[in-house]
Amino acid sequence: MAPFICIKDISKKYGNLSAVDNVSFNLDKGELFSLLGPSGCGKTTLLRILAGFETTTNGSFEIDGVNMTNVDPADRPVNIMFQNYALFPHMTVFENICYGLRRTSLSKSEINSRVEELLELVRLSGMSKRKPKTLSGGQKQRVALARALARRPKLLLLDEPLAALDKKLRSETQFELCKIQEQLGTTFIVVTHDQEEAMTLSTRIGVMNDGKLIQLGTPKEIYEQPQTTFVADFVGEISFFEAVVKERKNTHWLLQAAVPIHVSSDFNLVVGQKVKLALRPEKIMLTSKPTGKINEFQVDIVDWAFFGAGTQYRVIGPEDVKLKLYQSHNQPSQSHVPTLKTGFVNFSPEAIIILQR
Amino acid sequence: MRYDVPLLAKLLAIVGFGILYIPVMIMMIYSFNSSKLVAVWAGFSAKWYRELWTDDILLSALYKSLLIGISSSTISTFFGLFIAIAFVRFSAFRGRLTLSLVASAPLVMPEAVTGLSMLLLFIAMETTFGWPSGRGLDTIMIAHATFGMCFAAVVIQTRLRDMDRYLEEAARDLGERQPFVFISITLPLIFPSIIAAWLLSFTLSFDDLVIASFVSGPGSSTLPIVIFSKIRLGVSPEINAIATLMILTISAMVLMGSVLMLRREDRKNPTQL
Repeated sequence: MAPFICIKDISKKYGNLSAVDNVSFNLDKGELFSLLGPSGCGKTTLLRILAGFETTTNGSFEIDGVNMTNVDPADRPVNIMFQNYALFPHMTVFENICYGLRRTSLSKSEINSRVEELLELVRLSGMSKRKPKTLSGGQKQRVALARALARRPKLLLLDEPLAALDKKLRSETQFELCKIQEQLGTTFIVVTHDQEEAMTLSTRIGVMNDGKLIQLGTPKEIYEQPQTTFVADFVGEISFFEAVVKERKNTHWLLQAAVPIHVSSDFNLVVGQKVKLALRPEKIMLTSKPTGKINEFQVDIVDWAFFGAGTQYRVIGPEDVKLKLYQSHNQPSQSHVPTLKTGFVNFSPEAIIILQR
Repeated sequence: MRYDVPLLAKLLAIVGFGILYIPVMIMMIYSFNSSKLVAVWAGFSAKWYRELWTDDILLSALYKSLLIGISSSTISTFFGLFIAIAFVRFSAFRGRLTLSLVASAPLVMPEAVTGLSMLLLFIAMETTFGWPSGRGLDTIMIAHATFGMCFAAVVIQTRLRDMDRYLEEAARDLGERQPFVFISITLPLIFPSIIAAWLLSFTLSFDDLVIASFVSGPGSSTLPIVIFSKIRLGVSPEINAIATLMILTISAMVLMGSVLMLRREDRKNPTQL
């Protein structure tokens, strides 16, 4: 069976500059997919291509087996929620939501009941007579969502849906968005530069940089098995260091960095190979005395920051290996160690990520 | 935000506004002078306003001015709208620079130059294909529409540029076709600026003397031309009366225009809750 949404080799060139460079991926029906990347990585251009506002240099885009490449934006079963919401200021909430329904074959009473339904879905019942100007940021966002869903699109595109909201509202809205998406079963593509947002929202994430889709996977895969330095660095905090493969022991590979390091034997390595290692801060343990565990060495504590639920440290190990680490305050007795100047770190061989590029 | 205005600034403001408006006030006051001598006050009277009402030359000039004003500003607004759309919505097209220079040149060109060149054009047109035959209301109207168009284009352009482009895209995304997007979204949102542009071109046409005197013919004297020729024969309080009326009309229109433009500003910065 053909995938529900099929994006194949889409490229967009402005002169010599590739805004989108050979991007291909497939989506199943009902997925909540995030395109994650820094600003200028081409994710918004890709979104605009899918909506039909930009032409492609080459490539094709199919929904449900129907080629959309040359279909007018007005005729695509695709709707977009703009970053600034783009609510029509001269129309009421009701008029905004039913704007897309006027040209359909729906009768007046059907339109009314659909708008009421949508208002209920986004918890704005009773607001239908209000003008966008009188709404709060969160309410505007919900009107925009209702308007974009009114035509029951097969694919909904959301351009930075939460960027205009403040932090507290953002996390609330995140879960609400997920709930609505699950309830309707509509396929969503969310464009965001916020990795936290992408992680919490999506079933899968595509990380983009310089117009290319670099890695595609579930949030867990993206976080725990990043394939490139860029992905590892862009998603979450991480420390990098280089090492050379020395020998294969029965359960582990032994690598030589500034200190000997053991990594999981699952990796395909060759003796003598130079590799780049990465380590998530929460996977490193910091202790005041040596524990005798594997992968342990002494570090100087350079800097620390208290985060409430935990403390983040910057430490320097032998040969200037810089590490970021995060100690959760999950034990009542556990005090953070800012009084210390030096300490010991250890991490399990499974915690280490080996980057391909 | 409130802050204290320094004394000197206040003083300068008073002097400035005084220089601007005291002569106008004096003129307005003397329009109610019962004496025939303009500079000698002889008691209050509204007789010059009554006299205006019976002055056929003035009334017919007023009628012509209104006719020219209304028709020329309607034409200028219509074309100004299209110029504005061309500049704001089409980023690059051949001749864009030329068009923008041509469209804004009349804003800075001396009126005498515009008037003279218009006159030469009309004469050339008449000798080539017999139209317009002589100068009259139609030639004034064309001349006014031409320079009013540039002002209208500037006013509408500003508003169009401020308008969120995504609104039009959102409308298209929701299944609306291009011409209807313009009618249901763009036009209502730039409507205040269209009215403002109309009022501005009307005002410019209504008080234009220089261009009109170049391209007018016998029997097509507009109000400013009649007033100017009357002044040459000596100033009568009747002129004060008509000037007062003109000033009040024009200020009312300018005020309306500014209010409409200010509403535009409001929309640009909607109050965040």
